Amino acid sequence: MSATLVNRPDTADQLLEEVRYAVAKKIPVSIVGAGSKWNMGRPMETTSVIELSALSGVMLYEPEELVISAAAGTPIAEIEKLVAAHGQQLAFEPPDFGPVFGEKKARGTVGGAIACNLSGPRRIKAGAARDHLLGFHAISGRGEQFKSGGRVVKNVTGYDLSKLISGSWGTIGVMTEITLKVLPVAESTSTFVVVGLDDTAAIKLLTKILQSSNDVSGAVHLPNVVAARSDVFSITESVTAVRVEGPVPSVTYRIADLTRIAEEHCRTAGGQIIEPLDGSASLLFWAEVRDASYFTTSENPLWRLSVPPTVGPQVANSIADALVNIEYFFDWGGGQIWLSVESTPDAGESTVRSAIMKVGGHANLVRASKETRLRVSVFQPLDPVLYQLNRRIKDSFDPLGVLNPGRMYEGI
Amino acid sequence: MPIREGVRSMDMPKPDQAVIARRSEIIVALRRIVPGDGVIADEEALRPFEADALTAYRQLPLIVVLPKTTDQISRVLAYCQKMEVKVVPRGAGTSLSGGAMPLADGIILGLSKFNRILEIDYENRVVVAQPGVTNLDISNSVEGRGFYYAPDPSSQIACTIGGNVAENSGGVHCLKYGLTTNNLLGLEVVLMDGQVIRMGGRHLDCTGYDLLGLLTGSEGLLGVVTEVTVRILPKPVDARAILLGFPSSELAGSCVAGVISSGIIPAGMEMMDKPAIHATEAFVHAGYPLDVEALLIVELDGPLPEVDYLVERVKKIARDNGASNIAVSNSEEERLTFWAGRKAAFAAVGRMSPDYFCMDGTIPRKQLSNVLIRMRELSEIYRLELANVFHAGDGNLHPLIMYDASNEGEFERAEQFGADVLKLCVEVGGVLTGEHGVGVEKRDLMEVMFSEEDLNQQQRVKCAFDPTSLLNPGKMFPKLHRCAELGRIHIHHGRINFPDIPRF
Repeated sequence: MSATLVNRPDTADQLLEEVRYAVAKKIPVSIVGAGSKWNMGRPMETTSVIELSALSGVMLYEPEELVISAAAGTPIAEIEKLVAAHGQQLAFEPPDFGPVFGEKKARGTVGGAIACNLSGPRRIKAGAARDHLLGFHAISGRGEQFKSGGRVVKNVTGYDLSKLISGSWGTIGVMTEITLKVLPVAESTSTFVVVGLDDTAAIKLLTKILQSSNDVSGAVHLPNVVAARSDVFSITESVTAVRVEGPVPSVTYRIADLTRIAEEHCRTAGGQIIEPLDGSASLLFWAEVRDASYFTTSENPLWRLSVPPTVGPQVANSIADALVNIEYFFDWGGGQIWLSVESTPDAGESTVRSAIMKVGGHANLVRASKETRLRVSVFQPLDPVLYQLNRRIKDSFDPLGVLNPGRMYEGI
Repeated sequence: MPIREGVRSMDMPKPDQAVIARRSEIIVALRRIVPGDGVIADEEALRPFEADALTAYRQLPLIVVLPKTTDQISRVLAYCQKMEVKVVPRGAGTSLSGGAMPLADGIILGLSKFNRILEIDYENRVVVAQPGVTNLDISNSVEGRGFYYAPDPSSQIACTIGGNVAENSGGVHCLKYGLTTNNLLGLEVVLMDGQVIRMGGRHLDCTGYDLLGLLTGSEGLLGVVTEVTVRILPKPVDARAILLGFPSSELAGSCVAGVISSGIIPAGMEMMDKPAIHATEAFVHAGYPLDVEALLIVELDGPLPEVDYLVERVKKIARDNGASNIAVSNSEEERLTFWAGRKAAFAAVGRMSPDYFCMDGTIPRKQLSNVLIRMRELSEIYRLELANVFHAGDGNLHPLIMYDASNEGEFERAEQFGADVLKLCVEVGGVLTGEHGVGVEKRDLMEVMFSEEDLNQQQRVKCAFDPTSLLNPGKMFPKLHRCAELGRIHIHHGRINFPDIPRF
C-alpha cells in the first residue's frame, strides 16, 4: 500500500467521525478491509486510507435461522470456521486470492468479499455473494449512516441496495455491519472426473450434465497444462470435473447417472472416466478451482471472463489465435474463464475485449502491474448511457467523490 | 377477487391540473407514437385499468397506452418526460400492494402486447422473453424438454414476468430455488428519458454496479422493463409432499425449525392455521385433518433415493415434535391434492368473508408462535376474524384479515389491524413485505422500518434514474422530496470526538 496515512478506527463511532471528517474536508479516501485485494481493480492515488480490520467480530449467529451478522472487518476465515462448527457454510464459496497476489492466505474480510462480489464454483447453483447478502449498514460519502435489507431472506421492502453495494468496490458506502445467509453443508460430497477431453468436448459434456437433473454444484474443465499444476492429481491429461453434494443415497444415485451420461459422451468424444474424488481430495480440488491456485506460480496478467457457458471454448480459441503463451481454465460449466496472458503493457486487452464483444459477457483484469492497470480498463467498459447512469448512482451516494474514487471506472 | 366494489382513494400526490387540462393534446401525441388501437381514452374502456389486485383502492387513469415495441416505449417515455406527464407501468395488474394503481394525471403504460417468448436457449439454460409473457408460460414453453422456471408466485397463471421483475416475486418454491432476483440473468430497460439500457445477458454477474439486482423489486419506479432473460432449471426427477398436523402452532413452528436446523432445505414448507385449514377443506376437500391447530406441507424434490431418504428424516423430526397426523403423497395426483388446499386458501377465505386483506410480512422463523399469539390478541381487539397461511420455511406470513366493507368503520379497522400486524413483524426483527411489495399499501409504514436517512438515500437512487419523479410516483415512499433538495450535502461539522487518532 503506497498511500501515506492509514487510519484504523477501533469503533463504529470513530469510523463515522473519520468519514465525516473526510467529507467535510473533501479528502478522497481509500477504503480497505484488510487490504487483501489492494492490487485488484483500478489503482487509486489517495493520500489517506481507512482500514476496517479493527472493526471485527460476529454480532449475531443463529444457526437455526441460517443467518449471521458481523462487523465488516471480520475475517472471512473466522466466519467460515464458526459456521463450519455448526455444519454450515457460506454457500457462495468466497475465493481467497491472497496467493494469486503472492500474499498469505486467509487475510480477506467479509466486507471485502461482499464489496467485490466474488464467488466460487458453487455460483452456478447457489448464486453469487450478492445473493447471500441479506442486509447491511453503511456510511455514505455524505457522512450519513444508512441501512438496507434485514435479516430475513424474503424481503422486498424498499430498493434492494444489498445488490447495489455488492460489487461496488467501496465506491458508494463504507459498510460497517453485514448480514449473510448461511446454508447447511451437505451430508456428503463427491467429485466426478473425466480425463483427456479437449475443450470443446469437455464443455459439451458439462452442458449435457447441467441440462440433466443431477443438480451439480461445480462444473469445471482444466486443460492439461493447468491440470498438471493441481496438487490433487498427478496427470498429464486434461481434467473435467463435476461436484455433487447431498445425502449419501442421492450422491450415489447421481454419480451413477453422471457415469451413464459421460460414458455415452466419451464413446464419440474420447476421454476416460476415473475414480471420483471424495473427502479431502474433493475439498482440496474445489479450493484450488475457487482460488485460481493454478496461477500462483507466475505474475503474468490474469483475466476473469464471464460469458455464455457454451461459447467458452470458442472465446478461448479466438484469444489463443491472437496471443501466444496463454493459459486458461473454465469454471461455471464454461461460463467463467480464468485466463493468464503474457506480460505486455496492455495485457492483451484488445484481443480479450474483441473476443467478448462477439458473444456477450464481460472481462475483468484481476492481476496486472499497477502501470498496466492504469493503462487499460480493468473492468469491462460501460456503454455511454450505462456509464452516465452508474455515475449518477455513485454521485447519489458520494457526491464529492470521497470514497474509493476511480476504483471501478474514471469518476466511479 | 372477493373484495367488493367500494371506491376508496389512497392519499396520492396532488394531480397536476395543467396535465389533465391537456388530455386531448396528449392523446393525439400518443396516437402518433402508438397508432391503431394502442391508445385507450374512452372512459368505459379505461375502467378495467382502474385498480390492480389491491382492489380496495381505485382511480381512473388519464389515458392507457399499449405499445408494441421498445422504440414506441422509448418515445412515449421521452414525450411524457418532456410534457411532465406521470407514467405508471403495468403488466397483468396482479399486484397485491397497488404497485400498478393508476394516477388521475398519469398514463398507464401497459405491457400486454409484449407477449412473445423471443428465444429458448437450452444449451445455456436461458429463456429470453418479452415482459408481458406470463410466469407460467415460461415454464410451459420449456416443459417439453424437462425444464422449468423456478419462481412460482400463486398468481403465476396471470402475472407477467415483467411484473415479477418489478416486484421480485417469490412463490412456494423460493425457499430452495430463490426469488426472481436469484433467477434473473438479463434485462433491457427503458429509462424515463427514453434511453434504453441493457444489463447482463446469458452470462453471470453484471458489469459496473449491479443494476440488474437494483431494478428487481424496484416496483416500476426506476425504469420500464422491455426484455427479460431468466435461467431455467432441469425439473427434479421426483417430488413428494408430506402433510403434517399438529395440536398446536408452537409444535408446528418447532418442527419447521427442526427441519431447517437438521440441514434439510425442502423445496417448499407451508403452514396453515386452524381457520385457514377449515376454510380450505370446506372449499376443495384436500383431505386435511380438521382436528389440528396447525398444518404443515413439506415438499421434498430431487432424485427418488434422495426424496425417500429425506421423507423419512422429516417424518422423524415431525414425530419428535409431536405431530398428530402424518401423511406422505404416494403419487403425483396425491401430491397435487395436498397442494390444492394451500393454493386455494385465499379463494377459500374469500368465500367465508365479503372482503379480506392479505398481509405479507416476514419474520425470523423462531418468532412464529409468538407472532401468532400476538396476532390472535389483535384479532380480538379489532373484532375481526383472521386466517393464516405462511411460507413457513422462510418466515413469510400471509395473515388474511376478514372484514365487511358495507359495515360502517370495518374497512378502517381492518386497515389498522393490518398495519399493526406489519409493525409487529418489524418489532420482532422482520420486515414489512416479503414478496407483495410496498406499493401504496405499505408506503406509509416505511418509516417503521427505515430512518429518514435510509429513505432519503433510497430516493436519491430514484433521482439517479428519474430526476423529475414522473415514473410511478406516490408508491413506495411516504414522503416525496424534490431531487434537488435531496442532492444537497449536509456537512456534519460536529465536534471531533477522538482528538488522539491520526487525522488525514
